[in-house]
Amino acid sequence: MSQASLLNEIKDKNRVFSFMQTQASPVLNVDKQILLYLEGLSVSFDGFKAINDLNLYIRDGELRCIIGPNGAGKTTMMDIITGKTKPDTGSAWFGQTINLLELDEPAIAQAGIGRKFQKPTVFESLSVYDNLVLAMPDERKVFSLLFAKLNGEQKDRIDEVITLIGLKENHAMRAGSLSHGQKQWLEIGMLLMQKPRLLLVDEPVAGMTHQEMDRTAELLVSLSGSHSVVVVEHDMDFVRQLAGKDRTVTVLHQGSVLAEGSMDQVQNNRKVVEVYLGE
Amino acid sequence: MFLWNLIKQDRGGQVLLALLALAIIIVPILNSLPSDHPLHIPTYMVAVMGKYLTLALLALSVDLVWGYLGILTLGHGAFFALGGYVMGMYLMRQIGDRGVYGHPELPDFMVFLNWDSLPWYWMGLDQFWFAAIMIVLVPGALAYVFGALAFRSRVSGVYLSIITQALTFALMLAFFRNEMGFGGNNGLTDFKDLLGFNLQARETRVGLFVASAIALALGYLLCRAVTQSRLGKVCVAVRDAESRSRFMGYRVENVKLWVFTLSAMIAGVAGALYVPQVGIINPNEFSPLNSIEIVVWVAVGGRATLYGAVAGAIFINYAKTWFTTELPDVWLFALGAIFILVTVLMPKGIVGLLRRKESNT
Repeated sequence: MSQASLLNEIKDKNRVFSFMQTQASPVLNVDKQILLYLEGLSVSFDGFKAINDLNLYIRDGELRCIIGPNGAGKTTMMDIITGKTKPDTGSAWFGQTINLLELDEPAIAQAGIGRKFQKPTVFESLSVYDNLVLAMPDERKVFSLLFAKLNGEQKDRIDEVITLIGLKENHAMRAGSLSHGQKQWLEIGMLLMQKPRLLLVDEPVAGMTHQEMDRTAELLVSLSGSHSVVVVEHDMDFVRQLAGKDRTVTVLHQGSVLAEGSMDQVQNNRKVVEVYLGE
Repeated sequence: MFLWNLIKQDRGGQVLLALLALAIIIVPILNSLPSDHPLHIPTYMVAVMGKYLTLALLALSVDLVWGYLGILTLGHGAFFALGGYVMGMYLMRQIGDRGVYGHPELPDFMVFLNWDSLPWYWMGLDQFWFAAIMIVLVPGALAYVFGALAFRSRVSGVYLSIITQALTFALMLAFFRNEMGFGGNNGLTDFKDLLGFNLQARETRVGLFVASAIALALGYLLCRAVTQSRLGKVCVAVRDAESRSRFMGYRVENVKLWVFTLSAMIAGVAGALYVPQVGIINPNEFSPLNSIEIVVWVAVGGRATLYGAVAGAIFINYAKTWFTTELPDVWLFALGAIFILVTVLMPKGIVGLLRRKESNT
């Protein structure tokens, strides 16, 4: 806000100043069946274009796999969606009403976008149970946190999730002493508690055994429908398993979309083969 | 019932509160014994112990932000000193016309500076209730403004530590100036009485000791209530994985801001109880070294336990008293040695050592 307009505002005595008004975030609107719009995004770091005119649309309730070689801009894209990085140009909308570029990380999380990091990040010195409690979306204000108590419904919800991620016996354990795979699961559990509308999952199966991978795939597939899920993954077998015959797979290369289509289409795409095999 | 729930699973807290209750009962009794009795505690010792308790309360406030929130504050002495200055100003106003110059209203140093009226910020401080409010409000307000600026712009880690250090250093330089109206480098001293009680009297000393013990107990319970609430868990979450908590929707800067402000208020209370027991407050209390020492107490006692901070503060200050009377030249080397030994041999402090012993047996 320029100084002149701020001054005018202050002079008008009947007015509630804009900086005093609570910024109510608009309600999510997905009438057009599209949950996430990324249009013309570009961002560069020290001259290196990490994202270059990226266009991507995620339908409401779909499960989308994103693959791409290292440095294709997958993580940067997630950083932009979650508010960690601001793009140089382009727009990012959550539904038709929420402009992601105007919000910061907590506001975006509260709007309904959850993120799972590549490296499992759980709160190491808290118990497994407390990790899940904190992920619940209900309390975020400092003073209500001070007096927050779990009600029966919330306890049931935690029990449900903790059973689903197979950590029921470990509920009192410090999250830091879990195995790598268990931490991955705990982080997925935390995302489930958060009940996001859009789930961004960065390499969920790194460090998992084959059985765990199967379970993860099952879980992610079951989540789609009620949530939109975007999975970034290197492991081709896992992507094939997730994408099945009819889900869309997007290939990123040098910061923009190289190809999009079913797994079979993508695998037979000449450009994709070139990029991956370096012909 | 609520209080018991707070410390139900907190063995260290139970022990601490029991010891404080015991001290509140025993110390006045032992002090009132005839002075040739072997168990007699001389009044000056009572005052020294009362001083330790206020320093323990200060350590507690640092542990709340450093131990649980991960903010290494190297300027908490500033909030302690501000609380102390407010109390000092109240005590100065109580002197009235008994000063050396006999002026009915102005403290001696103002008469000496040829001032003819009280500066506006000395107004109202002749009332205890007003002083009592200011003791928490002044440090709290400074912490709030400082925190709002620092945490909103996401200053953290070493940079934040350096800024806190700069804050206390700047305040020290400001308070050294005579024109500030806080007595310059001599500070405020020659206090006569508090709430009408003569500060030199034995009963007042014992009363201040008991007040310090109660303040420490209440401060402990308050900090424990915060750390046990979900807010406390969010604090630990912020400490361990700040950006993760942001992506979960927590406004990290607000959590930091409020806990930091609360901690500054507790430090202010500690300072206010400290000043009448040592009888002086001067700008040296703002010196950066003091603030660093507090962090050493907490580290020695054991971080993120609360009672560890109390133990560390009392242990180091007892050692300081002993060394500075017996071997004055050695004290700083001894302090350095203790700090190094603790960091190398007992990374979790005295408390960690006791816990390990317990789990071995």
